[in-house]
Amino acid sequence: MISRKVVLHFPQKLVEQPIVFKLVKDYGLNFNILKAYVTPDEEGLMVLELSGEEAAFEKGLHYLKLCGVKIQPLSQDVVRNEQKCTDCGVCVPLCPAGALVSDQESKRIVFVEDKCIACGVCVRICPFKAMEVHF
Amino acid sequence: MKTIKEINEKIRKGDAVVVTAEEIIDLVEKKGIKKAAKEVDVVTTATFGPMCSSGVYFNIGHSKPRIKLGGGSCTVNDVPVYAAFGAVDVFLGATAVPDDDPRNKVFPGEFKYGGAHVIQELAGGKDVRLECSAYGTDCYPRKKLETLLNIKDMNEAVLFNMRNCYQNYNVAVNLSDKTIFTYMGMLKPNLGNANYSSAGQFSPLLKDPYYRTIGIGTRIFLGGGIGYVAWQGTQHNPCVSRGKNGIPLSGAGTLAVIGDLKQMSAEWLIGTSMAGYGVTLSVGIGVPIPVLDEEVVKRAAVTDACIYAPVVDYSRDYPQRAPRVIAEVSYAELRSGSIKVRGKSVPTGSLSSYARARKIACILKNWIEKGKFSLTEPSAALPGAESGYRVKALNERLYKKE
Repeated sequence: MISRKVVLHFPQKLVEQPIVFKLVKDYGLNFNILKAYVTPDEEGLMVLELSGEEAAFEKGLHYLKLCGVKIQPLSQDVVRNEQKCTDCGVCVPLCPAGALVSDQESKRIVFVEDKCIACGVCVRICPFKAMEVHF
Repeated sequence: MKTIKEINEKIRKGDAVVVTAEEIIDLVEKKGIKKAAKEVDVVTTATFGPMCSSGVYFNIGHSKPRIKLGGGSCTVNDVPVYAAFGAVDVFLGATAVPDDDPRNKVFPGEFKYGGAHVIQELAGGKDVRLECSAYGTDCYPRKKLETLLNIKDMNEAVLFNMRNCYQNYNVAVNLSDKTIFTYMGMLKPNLGNANYSSAGQFSPLLKDPYYRTIGIGTRIFLGGGIGYVAWQGTQHNPCVSRGKNGIPLSGAGTLAVIGDLKQMSAEWLIGTSMAGYGVTLSVGIGVPIPVLDEEVVKRAAVTDACIYAPVVDYSRDYPQRAPRVIAEVSYAELRSGSIKVRGKSVPTGSLSSYARARKIACILKNWIEKGKFSLTEPSAALPGAESGYRVKALNERLYKKE
């Protein structure tokens, strides 16, 4: 079993198709929707945690690519600008995924990229605009 | 017993023993107060956090022909500055925002750019855009002025904070069922999070709770340069209730500080945007405490576990000025990542950066060790815990409209 968070970009022409349903039915993948919305230029954007057997997982991703869905690993999407972060920690209790934690020794704030679900709350509330989201 | 004069002599020779407000805690634990007082000459304290009552005044030099900005209007990078002084002196406040900023019209506003960001850019040596209009006089005939401006070309550029270094502060929570956006950050409903804003065991006035060594004229680290305590800060409130260790149980003393912006750096003066609230300036301050005797060490070695802050509801109580305190928690609990309020475990967040306070205390320690920074005797004491000096709320009085 493997489990990975991915960002899927659905071009407008695919909006009518039950693509995620096929991932479940034909490839036996499990999914958990972390975030979904339609961007202003009418592209569908979905952040999924996908899990399943490794072979099926790869086949499923291949199917998505064939359909014309663009796939990005999630970790690329939210980045911390190290120059701007002052390690205050106001983001820590607001991160629903526990991806921003205070290191008890150094008192610095650690961004655990693997845990990030790209919800964007830190981007909105960081007083120093140190958290940036790139879709 | 040591005097400031003796300590300065040691600093001059490069013999002074300096420790940070955190290091003194370990030292006292290991060796006791008596020995620590003998060994140590200076304890460095520090804080880095948002301080709204900050501003910069500067003199831009006279144009040819001359213009009198006083009574006219003036912006820097579209941020309005106060020009009601002489010909070319202006005051830029940290919380000012451009006239066309949407503010909270679409809630919560982002407040991406304001006076504090201009201050950071000035300190960083960047050019800024100055636009002025004036009414013109015989001696100052010019009515319009548009120019780039750089701090290095100004006559004086001075940072002035009328309130800073709050001795203790509220822990903000939200008891309502809606998310709120405050100067203490975003607060989730039903005690979703608790935000605090003090450097705790690093904070200057918590380590000198009776203002014995910190007073008017005290030389300090300010924004990366050297500054001075100018006065007690606004809302200075020394007579609040205190714990057995003398430490106030709520916001108490404050400092007004001043210093040459030209010496400061963009690393320690940072434009800050509080969603839904506004723009503010995060300021780095370091204050040395001379070890005059064992009493000073005892106070300076107080730990986060012995400093308590009041938990206050910001959905109703704070805006309505209700004095209710929901709970009292120590900074050790706050720093552990969660506190217990009304039986619920509430995750905590900080607005003040402990990591940065630590860094400032280390820089100041280094300056003193190298003989680059000597200590000052205060010119006058701050109003103290027995002074009767108190913060007053506004008593509104109606007046007749003509």
